[in-house]
Amino acid sequence: MAVLLDKNTRLIVQGLTGREGTFHAKQAAAYGTTVVGGVTPGKGGTTHEGWPVFNSVDDAVHETGANASVIFVPPPYAADAIMEAADAGIPLAVCITEGIPVVDMLKAMTFMEGTSTRLVGPNCPGVISAGKAKAGIIPGHICREGRVGIVSKSGTLTYEAIHQLTRLGMGQTTCIGIGGDPLIGTTFIDALRLFAADPDTDAVIMIGEIGGAAEEEAAEFITREFKKPVVGFIAGQTAPPGRRMGHAGAIIAGGKGTAAEKMAALMQAGVHVVKSPAEMGAKMREVLGP
Amino acid sequence: MKIHEYQAKSVLARFGVPVPRGEVAFSAVEAGKAVRRLGSSVVVVKAQIHAGGRGKGGGVRLARSADEAEQMARQMIGMTLVTHQTGPEGRKVGRVLIEEGLQIDRELYLSVLIDRAAACPVVIASAAGGMDIEEVAAKEPHKILKEYVDRGTGIVPFQARKLAFGMGLDGGPAQKLVKLLEAVYRAFIETDASLIEINPLILTKGGDLLALDAKVSFDDNALYRHPDLRDLRDLAEEDPLEVEASKFSLNYIRLDGNIGCMVNGAGLAMATMDIIKLAGGEPANFLDVGGGASAEQIRNAFKILMSDKNVRAVLINIFGGILRCDVLAQGVIAAVRELGVPVPIVIRMEGTNVEEGKRMLKESGLNFTTADSMGEAAQKVVALAGGR
Repeated sequence: MAVLLDKNTRLIVQGLTGREGTFHAKQAAAYGTTVVGGVTPGKGGTTHEGWPVFNSVDDAVHETGANASVIFVPPPYAADAIMEAADAGIPLAVCITEGIPVVDMLKAMTFMEGTSTRLVGPNCPGVISAGKAKAGIIPGHICREGRVGIVSKSGTLTYEAIHQLTRLGMGQTTCIGIGGDPLIGTTFIDALRLFAADPDTDAVIMIGEIGGAAEEEAAEFITREFKKPVVGFIAGQTAPPGRRMGHAGAIIAGGKGTAAEKMAALMQAGVHVVKSPAEMGAKMREVLGP
Repeated sequence: MKIHEYQAKSVLARFGVPVPRGEVAFSAVEAGKAVRRLGSSVVVVKAQIHAGGRGKGGGVRLARSADEAEQMARQMIGMTLVTHQTGPEGRKVGRVLIEEGLQIDRELYLSVLIDRAAACPVVIASAAGGMDIEEVAAKEPHKILKEYVDRGTGIVPFQARKLAFGMGLDGGPAQKLVKLLEAVYRAFIETDASLIEINPLILTKGGDLLALDAKVSFDDNALYRHPDLRDLRDLAEEDPLEVEASKFSLNYIRLDGNIGCMVNGAGLAMATMDIIKLAGGEPANFLDVGGGASAEQIRNAFKILMSDKNVRAVLINIFGGILRCDVLAQGVIAAVRELGVPVPIVIRMEGTNVEEGKRMLKESGLNFTTADSMGEAAQKVVALAGGR
């Protein structure tokens, strides 16, 4: 088993006909994902790279039975695309787009309340279930099927964790990039709940970064009810306060959201926190035993 | 994006928030003229920089005549103002705000921002205005009032009244706060602000509420739909190298160390700074070249990195997912040949086509040091920079 994506996933790509959408649709298909079509308003009825294109998510779902969508739509239109996916009742929407205005995300999150759609992202690398399916930009060839789940705010640091695990002979169930924006759909806690319920996930690597309090909230959750071992790393231990470190949400504001606070909270919760990003895999090896 | 106080006040005034009468001046002569136009017997001369704590550093002064104000402006414009928010290097003052003096009865605090955990806007208010709000929150948390705003309805009058009464306002001033907060909230949403902070919000002896100081910053991601606000950017307030980097869509932040870093992805870039520090070195910068960096981007990134004269060694840490390592190697080799980088370069790359990339670096004849892991790369670059 895995979480969010598996061999039953039927994926559509919102923004299929764009450069990014096309490239990553092909990559997903090459990885073995069942890609069933795409959505580009105004291009409905045409085909693109062999896939049917629809004017709306609703049409795509009716025609193809899609149960997941990955969104590669430019920032000014991305919140709209998220709302459209939710309106069509698609169970999983993964939004890769970086740079969506916060006010737009406020609207999208209000709209999504009470719908059955789970949003992952935005501004994230997406989701991959090793050996099964992917929605997003995580490179498939570094993954290997195994028993570790990964949840991370950062894209390339997720790849780093996957690579370290694979190199040490450990594989992954599912890797979830939740994104580094201030407002996101799936949180650390949501992802941990999924891993808790997945019998094939034995342990989790959790990668946080400065800004906000999501890591502290996750630490409370872990203390309360998460029983599987967790290896944690927090990026930005040396980041200066008041500066936005690339991600819209990565900022130490008013002395809050420092790496030191987050690492302390996670350690308190029994998480195996590593100071060095080079030691995530080795620590997991130690925790799981040979 | 941050803006100056006088700009923030003019944005707020546009939405109906009462602010003191005032004018910006770029020279002492202009300052004198502004005072005469205001016709106020007492004026305040306020240095305009993107940092707080100006009063203590001599950046806010009271003048009782146009001549006195002109003289103060002459001293302030061009001076370097050091406050607890500017760092020891301070900020050069380029303009001053001349404002009417007011009879202050009470100083309050009001701000609007996004609460991440609740995923909605939050209004924060306090009767303890004029002070550092973080200090108030730490020492007297009961003095901080919060109202979470429903994303659908926006701020509702009863919430504003709760805050008003909580701050000890009643009667006319409480009603004025309801109107003022409605205007502030509308400004927050309609300008795509990430923060509006009014500190202090003053109650005058005459019973009026006014924003005596204001700090506004905007969501960079939304500036595309506010060309008028984008024009308020003051490049003189930013690090010249960071301004240069932003032209090439490079995410660069200058730091104090001597090891230049070039990384793809914000999280990995922060983690690279962390591991350099763990190895006993100091990063000279944060630099995220992005996921799909081209050879041209790599070249621009090198130029920016090497403009910082403190850099003694460079660490390139790339995890090529979509970006292929052979393309990266090609870009690095071309950039180094063209720019003649005079310091040691340690390259750690991983991912797609890594073997081909490594072979190209080796065969280039250039003096690169390669590393197989982040840990090894950090050790090597710290040694080469003359650290541990």
